Amino acid sequence: MGLTYRAKDGSTLALEGVDLAVRPGEFVAVVGPSGCGKTTFLKLTSGLLLPTKGTVRVEGEPVRGPLKIVGMAFQNPTLLPWRTTLDNVLLPLEIVQPHRRLYRRNRAAYREKALDLLRSVGLEGFARRHPWQLSGGMQQRASLCRALIHEPDILLLDEPFGALDAFTREELWLVLQKLCMERKCTTVLVTHDLREAIFLADTVHVMSKRPGRLVARREVSFPRPRGLEVAFTPQFLDLYQGIRGLIGEVREAP
Amino acid sequence: MNTRERLINYGLPALALLGLFLLWEWASFQFKIPRFILPAPSVVARSLWQWRSAILGHAAQTLYTTLVGFGIAVGFGLLLGWLVGFSALLYKAVYPILIGFNSIPKVAIVPVLVIWFGIGTVPAVLTAFLISFFPIVVNVATGLATLEPELQDVLRSLGAGKLQIFRKVGLPRTLPYFFASMKVAVTLAFVGSVISETVASNRGVGYLMIAASSRFDVPLVFAGLLVIAALGVVLYAVFAILEGRLTSWAYRR
Repeated sequence: MGLTYRAKDGSTLALEGVDLAVRPGEFVAVVGPSGCGKTTFLKLTSGLLLPTKGTVRVEGEPVRGPLKIVGMAFQNPTLLPWRTTLDNVLLPLEIVQPHRRLYRRNRAAYREKALDLLRSVGLEGFARRHPWQLSGGMQQRASLCRALIHEPDILLLDEPFGALDAFTREELWLVLQKLCMERKCTTVLVTHDLREAIFLADTVHVMSKRPGRLVARREVSFPRPRGLEVAFTPQFLDLYQGIRGLIGEVREAP
Repeated sequence: MNTRERLINYGLPALALLGLFLLWEWASFQFKIPRFILPAPSVVARSLWQWRSAILGHAAQTLYTTLVGFGIAVGFGLLLGWLVGFSALLYKAVYPILIGFNSIPKVAIVPVLVIWFGIGTVPAVLTAFLISFFPIVVNVATGLATLEPELQDVLRSLGAGKLQIFRKVGLPRTLPYFFASMKVAVTLAFVGSVISETVASNRGVGYLMIAASSRFDVPLVFAGLLVIAALGVVLYAVFAILEGRLTSWAYRR
């Protein structure tokens, strides 16, 4: 997969000259100050928005509209309040082909699959509950399950843990890492949490303030699976300090 | 529901109603109000019993025209509400017309309907329809128009088309709005039917009341009023129960 584009959103220039290539199976994180166009970047990647200039290419094909091989999790859990957790997770199967056709025939098998997925993120026993009966962290877990149920090749995450407390967030880092290692899907994570980006990603890209540009790229080579203790090693802290300094510079740049 | 809740939910309204009747009875006795001005509840009850078979027939007619008119209003209101809520352009185009139409007192339309359809059932049904579709349209349209873009994005990111988004998100999202409007609309439909019956009909509770008042049989007029109120409460309750069953998620129960 390779992405190259320049984009403009209405009167505000949100992104400018963003060039980024992602290898299959790679975990990429994009960090930057808030309001720098990270969400716009992700929406362009998924095809929810179309670039004013340039093209997004996924598996060599230019993106012209929302992609079906993509799973997406948003800042808010965005679960449908009238559906139970299980039915929320099953939602993509009612829409994305070929699952849609298969789902009608093997409902039971798919339900089992969804329940397995819920179990793997520690939500067993909550399948029949409605979203408002779940805590914020649990809702975000369910949202991750929904993004993965149709076995997407690409996972796009828009600050999925931004609204959670530090402990829940770290717990979900491990959950996400486990899921990504199992699925081997290409992942693009957009976040303003540097530790999150370094902990999870193979490559961290730093974005400038609006109009967003990619100003630096750092490889993260800790072996997987990474435990939370990685975050306290000197190498991790070096990386952290370095990127933090970069973001400080771009925030102050005129 | 435990005993205490049941007592509050059913006992309290019954007690309030009883209190109102007792106060009314006491006042009409105390101040010696003539029965052709304000009959006491006991007098109304006697009249209700005396004319029970006639009242039953007229009430059935009113209920029939109300429900038919309301049924049409639900179908039409849902359809128009969805269309208007779905398209911002249509919303802008049609909304002033709807407001204008709703501002017209429906009693002013009945004579026109009589010229077109004669007196009786048809104008009553149509008046019930005309008076009750507006809240449904407005509520359903609001439900659709206030649909969170984030929820739409969830479906769009899966490659869902407009129709799929409507089916999976728009439709369930409007249900609580729809049921809230149904409760209002069904009582309005009664108002419409009775208005039409008082002006142009020889059947229905509205006609019964006009006929009774022309004979100065005020107790029978009040009996008719009570019947209408009771029917309204019953229908309201039916839709409230339906609402609780079908959209419990909106009330987080």
